Amino acid sequence: MSAITLAASATSTGEAVQFWILGTVAVVGALCTILMRKAVHSALCLAATMIILAVFYLANGAYFLGVVQIIVYTGAIMMLFLFVVMLVGVTAADSLKETLKGQRWWAAACALGFGILLAAGIGNASLTTFNGLGVANAGGNVEGIARRIFTTYVFAFEITGALLITAAVGAMVLTHRERTERARTQRELSQQRVRDGKQVPPLPAPGVYARHNAVDVAGLLPDGTPADLTVMDTLRKHGQIRDVSSEALEDLKALERRSRERLGRDRDEEEASR
Amino acid sequence: MNPVNYLYLAALLFTIGAAGVLIRRNAIVVFMCVELMLNACNLAFVAFSRMHGNLDGQIIAFFTMVVAAAEVVVGLAIIVSLFRARHSASVDDASLMKL
Repeated sequence: MSAITLAASATSTGEAVQFWILGTVAVVGALCTILMRKAVHSALCLAATMIILAVFYLANGAYFLGVVQIIVYTGAIMMLFLFVVMLVGVTAADSLKETLKGQRWWAAACALGFGILLAAGIGNASLTTFNGLGVANAGGNVEGIARRIFTTYVFAFEITGALLITAAVGAMVLTHRERTERARTQRELSQQRVRDGKQVPPLPAPGVYARHNAVDVAGLLPDGTPADLTVMDTLRKHGQIRDVSSEALEDLKALERRSRERLGRDRDEEEASR
Repeated sequence: MNPVNYLYLAALLFTIGAAGVLIRRNAIVVFMCVELMLNACNLAFVAFSRMHGNLDGQIIAFFTMVVAAAEVVVGLAIIVSLFRARHSASVDDASLMKL
């Protein structure tokens, strides 16, 4: 029996070590997924947990599934999650306001009870048989899975194909927006501006300092207050305007203090040399 | 090591995912917790497949992955269109049908 099939039919000490180390990391990653306030951090922790699960699949003799887990889950699905997080706004953190009183504690208690039930169920089940995949994987794991998918499970396989097509079309239908009115031309927009008389010239540019020319930094009015008009509409709606006016004043103050110190020291040195 | 430990780990991950679904408000994070629960089930299927010495468990896990991929596509599309309509991804804000 080759080493691979032997490893798939008996748990070695190495596998036990791997299980306890990686299992701990997987649980920590899962806990971080639900405890991190920002969605990006949750996504990254979940990706770590999924990679560890892929290692567990490989250790359990599911070589095909281990590779598919990394490609499909951490490769495709988690990247999709990250794209949606970017669309929705990376900085959007979860609100800590409770709408239902004591909901968190009740949820935690329910989860604890559920976990105890599951563990008791597994403990009571008679899981004495442990055959290992040595025989089933003998002709190759991928070949064995392929044989089953295209014979016993061929109808399920074809139905999942239909499901995937439906899901792709459904996602396109859900996110597609039909334009209900004709887009206004530039001439009409300019006429509208003149008619309203509010802002006839182009909008002022954001970021007046040489060191802050980013689009999310508002330009400053003559009296030093930030002008929201200079930041573009989308960022203003998300509330993602960065205010650096106080920062710039602090910088200026620090510069003045440093120059005063330097000048004072120069004067001292001059006096000393004299 | 007893391979039943894999089942206990799967149960623990499933419980953590369920707790996350109940606790979190951000729809994207809730969705991630659902994915975590699906993954935990897959781990249990793979462990069962090894215990019983046949590949059926792995095939069920494979189908779970396919269905999860379809589910993620539709779910995230719903979240994006919800965000467009309400400018928020919080599940508390989608209360239009509440009395």
